[in-house]
Amino acid sequence: MALSLDRLGIYDPKDPLKNRLTDLGPRHFWQYFPPVIQNNYGKWAYHEVLETGILMHVSETGDKIYTVRCGAARFMTVQHVREICDIADQYCDGFVRFTTRNNIEFLVDSVEKLEALKKDLESRKFVSGSYKFPIGGTGAGVTNIVHTQGYIHCHTPATDASSMVKAVSDELFKYFQGMTLPAKVRVSMACCLNMCGAVHCSDIALLGNHRKPPIVDHEVIDKVCEIPLAIAACPVGAISPDKTPEGGKTVKIKKERCMFCGNCYTMCQALPLSDKEGDGVTILAGGKISNRISEPKFSKVVVPWLPNNFPRFSEVVEKVKKILEAYAADANKYERLGDWAERIGWEKFFEKTGLEFTEHLIDDYRLAYDTWRTSTQFKYTAAAWDVSRFAGGIE
Amino acid sequence: MPFEPNEPQKEIKYEETRIYTDAELNSCSDEELKNFKIKHQIPDLEELENGPWPSFVADAKQEALHRRKLADERMLIDRDVVEDMLGQLQVSFDDGETHWKHGGIVGVFGYGGGVIGRYSDLPERYPSIAHFHTIRVNQPASKFYNSDLLRTICDMWEYRGSGLMNLHGSTGDLVLLGTTTEQLEPIFFELTHVLGQDIGGSGSNLRTPSCCIGRARCEFACYDTQNLCYELTQYYQDELHRPAFPYKFKLKFDGCPNGCVASMARSDMSFIGTWRDSIRIDQDTVKAYIAGDVVPNGGAHMGRDWGKFDIHKEVIDLCPTKCMSLVDDELRIDNQECTRCMHCINVMPKALKPGKDNGLSILLGAKAPILEGAQMATLIVPFMKAEPPYDNIKEFIEKVWEFWIEEGKNRERLGELMQRTGLPKFLETIGLPPAPQMIKTPRENPYILWKEEDVPGGWNRNVNEYRTRHKR
Ligand code: HEM
Ligand code: HEM
Ligand code: HEM
Ligand code: HEM
Ligand code: SF4
Ligand code: SF4
Ligand code: SF4
Ligand code: SF4
Repeated sequence: MALSLDRLGIYDPKDPLKNRLTDLGPRHFWQYFPPVIQNNYGKWAYHEVLETGILMHVSETGDKIYTVRCGAARFMTVQHVREICDIADQYCDGFVRFTTRNNIEFLVDSVEKLEALKKDLESRKFVSGSYKFPIGGTGAGVTNIVHTQGYIHCHTPATDASSMVKAVSDELFKYFQGMTLPAKVRVSMACCLNMCGAVHCSDIALLGNHRKPPIVDHEVIDKVCEIPLAIAACPVGAISPDKTPEGGKTVKIKKERCMFCGNCYTMCQALPLSDKEGDGVTILAGGKISNRISEPKFSKVVVPWLPNNFPRFSEVVEKVKKILEAYAADANKYERLGDWAERIGWEKFFEKTGLEFTEHLIDDYRLAYDTWRTSTQFKYTAAAWDVSRFAGGIE
Repeated sequence: MPFEPNEPQKEIKYEETRIYTDAELNSCSDEELKNFKIKHQIPDLEELENGPWPSFVADAKQEALHRRKLADERMLIDRDVVEDMLGQLQVSFDDGETHWKHGGIVGVFGYGGGVIGRYSDLPERYPSIAHFHTIRVNQPASKFYNSDLLRTICDMWEYRGSGLMNLHGSTGDLVLLGTTTEQLEPIFFELTHVLGQDIGGSGSNLRTPSCCIGRARCEFACYDTQNLCYELTQYYQDELHRPAFPYKFKLKFDGCPNGCVASMARSDMSFIGTWRDSIRIDQDTVKAYIAGDVVPNGGAHMGRDWGKFDIHKEVIDLCPTKCMSLVDDELRIDNQECTRCMHCINVMPKALKPGKDNGLSILLGAKAPILEGAQMATLIVPFMKAEPPYDNIKEFIEKVWEFWIEEGKNRERLGELMQRTGLPKFLETIGLPPAPQMIKTPRENPYILWKEEDVPGGWNRNVNEYRTRHKR
């Protein structure tokens, strides 16, 4: 059946129910498995990373499948996807897959096809010179940075996603193309903490963060919002009912209570938060999700705020590199970033990375006490001597 | 075919579905692209065309030029959408603020989700993106495609939308970014009729489930992740399209505790493959690893010289439960003590395999930080067989939903509700006995919420009777 060319296609606005198909669900996966995967489904015996970006999976039957993993911006145009299809048609019988972290995977069943495919992929560049299909993202390195929409398509971001990810990925490119780190490092990016911004289990997480409380659009708030819902949305009870001079219904914000979560704006468009000076980037580190050796854990805030320095985010890039380089130099083989920080102690983490420790990094939200040190076991760093000096304990 | 689709699958042949001719598709030369400037000034974005990582700006400009070359009747929304989108993005950088308006309710008839309304707040400057709605397209399990399917989506989307998309959105859907309200229903009809394909979820309903690559290409997978994901997506279509929940609900499927789709961190109900017998050991291959004949960890560390493989330092001593030993070059694992962390298997995938008696663990209640802080999923069901038609799993899911729909407040995620009611009450409601596997440690405070029926004689006591024993 051909795609329709009519303006409204097969849809009849006079009778919306006519010919309506619903609840079809996704297309079934089996038809999109290449034959070698169909034949060896569930029979894979082991895998090997032959070189960065190239995986070989070997089946009990002796069959082999070679995967070439390529980085990609998850924001793509149909023209780029068509080029992916051209490659898939030329080398992979039309099949292609995408990974959870937005990499593209081309699968072939022989070394000869693999070599030709690799050459072709490496040669493809955008006219401005950046790779279209950089090969990498396997093993003990940095793979594609997952991210959210940002200024490209969302109404609540405190920063932009695609540009920051591009800037950081350019700088971490050698880690994408080399497996030189002690373990894999997952970098993630979300442009606000409110919604999809659950970057909280990544080795390094970049998070857009607001710093100014909402402004109230008194003129329209009563018309465009359910005021009680906006009040109820605030987790710290900073919003209360108020009257405008004209006697209309509105709200007031207890600004010193606000934790800048944006939940009120989610519920009510008359309470915008974003602001050029206020908005910026928070960096978290040391989270993981695999159950390997240690349990999954949350990332911790290690840099409270950096400016939105579009388009290259030089401060963000610099801090990310500091963290990565200190980790690369000091961690043991197989040790994830968070496991390393815990082994050496967070006080040593700040010493080795050179990141500044400020009061903003000490939890003062609910259950904060769980993160305070209730022990005499600590290591001495310059920060400890500073405290001792201030306390009058030493000269 | 080992797995049968629940819906008949119409075959898609691009030669039959296509809109554009080869000449139309290949209308731009590199030379033209090099010299191409969009109609707005975008200096910061042009900076992002440099550097080795794939440039989304360079890509967007390809599409902008491509749209300029198509004839007027070869697209149904404005030619300038991509250029206006880039123009607005540059202004967002200048202003340090987004220029997308807050939401707006749009959708397709009868569905509560899958479409997200999006409007520019600079419609005079960027008229072609005044309406710029998102459509979430439910991806095939673990995101395998063929070019016929993708090319058909591309033609449909360039004709009826912006030609911009995400492969993929964070939930897993293939995301189409930017079309007008008028085109939403026509696109839905093209998707269902021509592509045999539904849209995904958004809003207070079941979100598009997603899974790891599993047995299609991973030797660690302990159950059929794609099949379970597909089956439940199909079985719960009603829950996916018609909001009847207090808030969103996510199902994600990892084939083993390595957790490649991060289900433990980002799904209300997380399914993680596991086994209950013993890790399979091929002793000869273990010896080959010890001898240095096989590269450890599948070669994942080859970029650096870490020295000769040392099975004690790299495996046995790192085992979190210290349940491994080497006796006369024979690797022993005390499987009763093993917590199936995957480390030893990851390091020696050629010699060690997960057990054969497989199933999955179910963990509940992960959520993002808002409001009370992030929650990681809590282990509730240690082991469950996962075989079609998965009735045991469906029954469990429905019990949990019943509890959540009954007790949950508006916009309360399952994890928050479990905290509010407490794990003991939750277990009682869904009919599971408590077990030490569900906790890290027993409670540290003694504030036990005894119930009246726990205590002989109940709580109604007579103070006069008390006073017969104790003077005032
Ligand atoms: C910056 C990187 C990341 C971004 C941009 C991101 C984005 C998102 C988005 C859009 C959602 C909604 C998810 C969905 O519908 O499936 C989400 C949910 C979530 N993500 Fe991430 N994610 C990132 C990395 C991670 C990582 C690496 C983990 C853990 C390993 C994680 C943990 C979570 C959690 C716990 C949720 C659940 C939130 C909820 O459903 O309440 N995120 N994330
Ligand atoms: C009522 C609250 C929320 C509203 C109004 C909302 C609205 C939005 C909007 C406007 C987008 C951008 C979509 C686009 O234009 O492409 C979005 C994306 C998304 N949101 Fe939400 N969101 C809410 C809560 C959440 C939460 C709590 C999560 C998960 C933790 C979440 C998960 C997602 C995901 C997965 C996406 C897709 C993002 C991507 O793939 O980049 N949303 N949401
Ligand atoms: C350290 C333990 C881990 C090991 C040994 C491991 C192993 C693997 C293997 C062998 C694959 C390839 C499967 C295949 O596609 O053939 C894979 C893929 C993947 N892994 Fe892991 N994994 C580990 C941890 C993680 C963690 C912690 C994450 C996420 C936070 C993760 C995310 C992924 C993803 C997303 C894929 C699919 C490929 C991709 O999307 O890039 N893995 N993993
Ligand atoms: C398992 C439950 C508990 C046991 C077995 C227990 C036992 C004791 C004992 C033996 C003492 C020492 C009494 C003395 O000096 O003669 C004590 C003191 C005390 N207990 Fe508890 N206790 C329990 C729970 C609690 C709880 C729940 C609280 C508070 C709500 C509490 C507050 C105190 C206080 C304030 C003291 C006095 C401490 C002081 O000397 O300053 N206890 N407890
Ligand atoms: S993280 Fe926040 S700002 Fe970014 S796309 Fe998601 S909801 Fe929008
Ligand atoms: S941003 Fe969050 S804390 Fe601040 S007023 Fe709004 S809801 Fe309350
Ligand atoms: S979660 Fe386990 S089974 Fe699934 S792809 Fe990752 S390593 Fe393989
Ligand atoms: S899976 Fe983990 S706990 Fe079990 S033997 Fe291997 S290293 Fe030890």
